[in-house]
Amino acid sequence: MSRGRFGVHGGQYISETLMNELLNLEKQYNHFKEDSEFVEELNTLLKEYAGRPSLLYYAKRMTEDLGGAKIYLKREDLNHTGAHKINNVLGQCLLAKKMGKTRVIAETGAGQHGVATATAAALLGMECEVFMGEEDTKRQTLNVFRMELLGAKVHTVTTGSKVLKDAVNDAFREWISRVDDTHYVIGSTMGPHPFPTIVRDFQAVISEEIKEQIMEIEGKLPDMVIACVGGGSNAMGAFYNFLEDEEVQLIGVEAAGKGIDTEFHAATITKGELGIFHGMKSYFCQGNYGQISPVYSISAGLDYPGIGPEHAYLHDIGRAQYVSATDDEAVEAFEYLSRMEGIIPAIESSHAIAHAMKVAGDMDKDDVIVINVSGRGDKDVAAIARYKGVELYE
Amino acid sequence: MSDKKNIKIADAFKDGKAFIGFLTAGDPTIEKTVKYVLAMEEAGCDLVEIGIPFSDPVAEGPVIQEANIRALSNNTNTDDVFEAIRQIREKSDVPLVFLTYINPVFYYGYDKFFKRCQELNVCGIISPDLPYDEKDEILEVTQKYGIDIISLIAPTSKERIQMIAREATGFIYVVSSLGVTGMRSEIRTDLESILSDIKEVTDVPAAVGFGINTPEQAENIAKVADGVIVGSAIVNIIAEHGENAREHLVNYVKSMKDTIL
Repeated sequence: MSRGRFGVHGGQYISETLMNELLNLEKQYNHFKEDSEFVEELNTLLKEYAGRPSLLYYAKRMTEDLGGAKIYLKREDLNHTGAHKINNVLGQCLLAKKMGKTRVIAETGAGQHGVATATAAALLGMECEVFMGEEDTKRQTLNVFRMELLGAKVHTVTTGSKVLKDAVNDAFREWISRVDDTHYVIGSTMGPHPFPTIVRDFQAVISEEIKEQIMEIEGKLPDMVIACVGGGSNAMGAFYNFLEDEEVQLIGVEAAGKGIDTEFHAATITKGELGIFHGMKSYFCQGNYGQISPVYSISAGLDYPGIGPEHAYLHDIGRAQYVSATDDEAVEAFEYLSRMEGIIPAIESSHAIAHAMKVAGDMDKDDVIVINVSGRGDKDVAAIARYKGVELYE
Repeated sequence: MSDKKNIKIADAFKDGKAFIGFLTAGDPTIEKTVKYVLAMEEAGCDLVEIGIPFSDPVAEGPVIQEANIRALSNNTNTDDVFEAIRQIREKSDVPLVFLTYINPVFYYGYDKFFKRCQELNVCGIISPDLPYDEKDEILEVTQKYGIDIISLIAPTSKERIQMIAREATGFIYVVSSLGVTGMRSEIRTDLESILSDIKEVTDVPAAVGFGINTPEQAENIAKVADGVIVGSAIVNIIAEHGENAREHLVNYVKSMKDTIL
């Protein structure tokens, strides 16, 4: 059996050109994760640069308004660069540097992972090129400029459907062409082994902190953890340290776009089928004869036709449940949290909030829900305005 | 013509160096794919790789990416590709292999796919996203139907070369350069040392592909390898001449084949 399996999922379905690099990456990662100097250096960066630990905030008004379970927000939006992405990026860039790489490349959808990678590259003095679909560069013009400001080159991807999937394709193409000095900082718990494991480990700090924080505040584990799922890194991070705690319900929320019964969604587990793509066996939105389907979501960060292999496995064994929220529900949640708690969440995270709004009211007042607010919504304000038909001049 | 004949990849290498051509099925149409494969054979092609179009050909450069888009935009599917091969087989015994990403094969069903390959005398499969380490994904089924998995060896394979070569069947596809498919002005990889590593452990023929475009390049490659693989340059001719590419293909294949004899 090949390496890096989660049940039947995962594996290394990738060009021979990259195989030695992946084997070396695994070896180096296994070495450095036990290396006290590396761990110390990363922890210092997370604390002093990224601002960890992130807060676990009791959303009192939201709790009272929904009238059921107590709602806590894990504030990954307060991290430096405004999302959970920095956790993974600091880990991978530091690892790449230790491996002797001088250049990093990354794909980005909403731009959060690109901004985070550009940031870490600036911090560590590495060259950086970010691949971003042309459609997304239009949806997220500010993030494009932000990455350039940080010294990164933004590579506009004009192949295929010109969104996140195509940015991943072109980032792989670039890595195949230039693997010696370059590390591909994959932004989610996806791709060929060892990426799903490495990214999960670097994001697991989220659930590690949630566990400590909620035990201190509530003296018990949460009853439910809710996170949005595209590739699945913030959800994997929020779930990981609860996997053994069977009493904690884990809910991943996919993007239902205009509805899962339309062609315009990105609900991979809800609607997808088993397949092999981007280096991994997992569930994918695919059409006849195994062509990868174009997917859609208002959220560029969830606009991906696959899901990380560990999520696919957690779904198979029933350890986590995967549901979906539509664009309309996400926008409503975006506005709701902004008004109710004075926190503007990323449109991605708003999918998780939307699900909490559906279920919290029916839960017991002693129950505790933790929502992972994976990012802040400043980047989405213009897009939400457009969605609502408001004309803005940025 | 191919009644119960057992066409083998080895046939392509039996009279000296092999010229291996590639095209994407359905570009510009399935009908033309049949005609172009026959034309390439007539011009001296010893083996033809037929690409099954895929939405996300991650290992391809722009030329073959666009061929995939053209083929998919006229709705070419896996059954159409098999139908083209059925028609080719009415007239030709040229050894054929599929070049396909693994997902279309997985989706079609491994058993159904390779059974069909056997029925139509398709000798092998090259899958850019199925490295040695994941070969078990299809090995049992391909062996059941006698289909070769063509192993790829890259400039970065190093100590993996002999591990891969030892288990290789059909032919070995040596990737000439880092990067995706596409025409290159020069090839810098030390192919001689890769090929001599291969020859130490196997008699399976080794052909070199990626970036080969001109007769001069083909001639140099043929000095060290058992075969020369050309994809993007052929696809480029089809892109340029569309439905009227036959003559151009014949001339090009002849010019290449002549230099490697």
